[in-house]
Amino acid sequence: MDESQYFSEQHHAVREMVRAFAQDEVLPVAAKHDEEATFPWENIKRMGELGLLGVPWPEEVGGAGLDLTSYILAIHEMAKVDASHAITISAHTTLGTSPIFYFGTAAQKAAYLPLLASGKVLGGFGLTEPDAGSDAGGTRTTAVRKNGHYVLNGAKRFITHGSVGEVFVATAVTDPSKGTKGISSFILTKETCDLAKAREVGVGHDDSITPLAGFRAGKKEDKLGWRASDTSELIMEDVEVPAENLLGEEGMGFINFMRTLDAGRIGIAALSLGLAEGAFQAALKYSTERKQFGQAIVNFQGISFPLADMATEIEAGKHLLYAATRLAQEGRPFGKEAAMAKLFCSELSMRATIKSIQIHGGYGYTKDYPVERMMRDAKICEIGEGTSEVQRLVIARHLLRELAD
Amino acid sequence: MKIAVCIKRVPVMEVKFAIAKDGASVDETGLKYDVNDFDLWAVEAALQLNEKNAPGEVTVISLGPDAASEQIRKALSMGADKGVLLKADKVPGDAFAVAEALAAELKAGAYDVILFGKKSIDFDNSATGAMVGELLGLPVVTGVSKLEIAGGKGTAHRAVEGGVEVLEFPLPAIVTVDEGLNKERLPSLKGIMAAKKKPLETKPAQLGGAGVTVSKMELPPERAAGRIVGEGAAAVPELVRLLQSEAKVL
Repeated sequence: MDESQYFSEQHHAVREMVRAFAQDEVLPVAAKHDEEATFPWENIKRMGELGLLGVPWPEEVGGAGLDLTSYILAIHEMAKVDASHAITISAHTTLGTSPIFYFGTAAQKAAYLPLLASGKVLGGFGLTEPDAGSDAGGTRTTAVRKNGHYVLNGAKRFITHGSVGEVFVATAVTDPSKGTKGISSFILTKETCDLAKAREVGVGHDDSITPLAGFRAGKKEDKLGWRASDTSELIMEDVEVPAENLLGEEGMGFINFMRTLDAGRIGIAALSLGLAEGAFQAALKYSTERKQFGQAIVNFQGISFPLADMATEIEAGKHLLYAATRLAQEGRPFGKEAAMAKLFCSELSMRATIKSIQIHGGYGYTKDYPVERMMRDAKICEIGEGTSEVQRLVIARHLLRELAD
Repeated sequence: MKIAVCIKRVPVMEVKFAIAKDGASVDETGLKYDVNDFDLWAVEAALQLNEKNAPGEVTVISLGPDAASEQIRKALSMGADKGVLLKADKVPGDAFAVAEALAAELKAGAYDVILFGKKSIDFDNSATGAMVGELLGLPVVTGVSKLEIAGGKGTAHRAVEGGVEVLEFPLPAIVTVDEGLNKERLPSLKGIMAAKKKPLETKPAQLGGAGVTVSKMELPPERAAGRIVGEGAAAVPELVRLLQSEAKVL
């Protein structure tokens, strides 16, 4: 592919840096963190130092000041080596930080963006609930106005950084009579669950953040993949949230978060494509080294044809991903293209990782090779930030809207 | 303190090289390029010296085609302050021709320390740094594995057969860097952003005349397939006989 249509020399420099970091510092520990389901705090600190936890935010607020393409490239490149590290970047930046950047007041931005953009503390996004998944409009968490603050009650499910994070944006119903237009969003703060470790490495906690009484992490999920990424329940029990923590206007929470999810989908598409490419490259290498019947197995069409399919689909995925990224970067509508990129790349990540294991044969099924981890990491890409079914729904709605125009 | 680092654009070595049609150069089709490894360590050494001896300035100089500006930008993204590209569409294989061009540029810079990589991983001459020292009449320390600069003089360690040699030298001086001095830092994203705005001057390289030219390049001969002469103890006499008469290693 002629990459000059999407990437500048600077983008190549970003990619080269992320590749070197991923190879030298992530790859050696990825299998261990996956096995033990531990959060890679040392690498979180390094990612903060390198600017990977605030790629698209301006330097004035502690970000790296790069464009969206650079940010997406960073997720894409990281996922070739480890999806857990990649989702940490994506969830922290797009889900945890971007709502405050786009919808926050000057005071909210000043209080939280420098901490988030520099990676001093981790952020998260609370939309999904036990009974409100794809139907996010079914939010049950309530926020009742009382004496100049809001009292929140409810629970959020499957929240990336729920345990390790300190700053969250979450939705709650402020006016049950108005449906999705009665949902508002709030900034909620708590202490990280890994306080000792956070103090040891120097990131993950900041004393300026006031923990809200009654707001805490619940059960940490034991997952099939993305095991080095932290996923927990968030619980709110009579949490008194100061009125100044209302994020955006009252009643705009759901609408604003849908916009956040459009951008998040590009991130998951990038992560998925990175997984597919990582699995493809591993299979290509293995197939030239592995000999059966007296020759390298890549010489057999049963092996080379799936490699050709993977390469073709990866090429298509790259165009979908970076074309959607460019639309978003230029401030043009990108919801349909983001959903298409997410749908195609996440389903591709599943196909490609399965094919890669097949090419690896019995070895691919063992933990001696990284492809079994890649397959486990790929499945959630078809589910998180909108299932494949929801992506098709979103795309179909766009089609009908275009027909009506 | 003013520090200069001379860096070279070299092909990434993880590819199969082919010889170009002229039979005397490498076919550049499909090659990827990066900063010579030893030069990256020289850049890192310069940045560390600069951090210890602030205020100061690190200038990165490279002789090469326009595309070598990518390698200069990489050094700028790591933290160097400015770059100079001495433009030459083809880099001569003769180190002296290159050394003359670098010396002409370095002469005017009033640098306290001039750093090089010990050698470039493509031509492997280990010559340029020392030649520039000769041309500028400066002390030269090659293949340094530890370096300190303080109070107008330098101390360097060199690994020698079975031990370490400790050298002292006055400034200005030329130091060429060996493996093991440091590990180069990754540029941060802020560094990559900042590199775009740092000054990078391009001027024609004043190449010296080449005393040496590459007349021919050849790939090493293909290795013949191995032979299995038998199994177990029974094969030993035949193996010994072949090692004596055919391989002539016993």
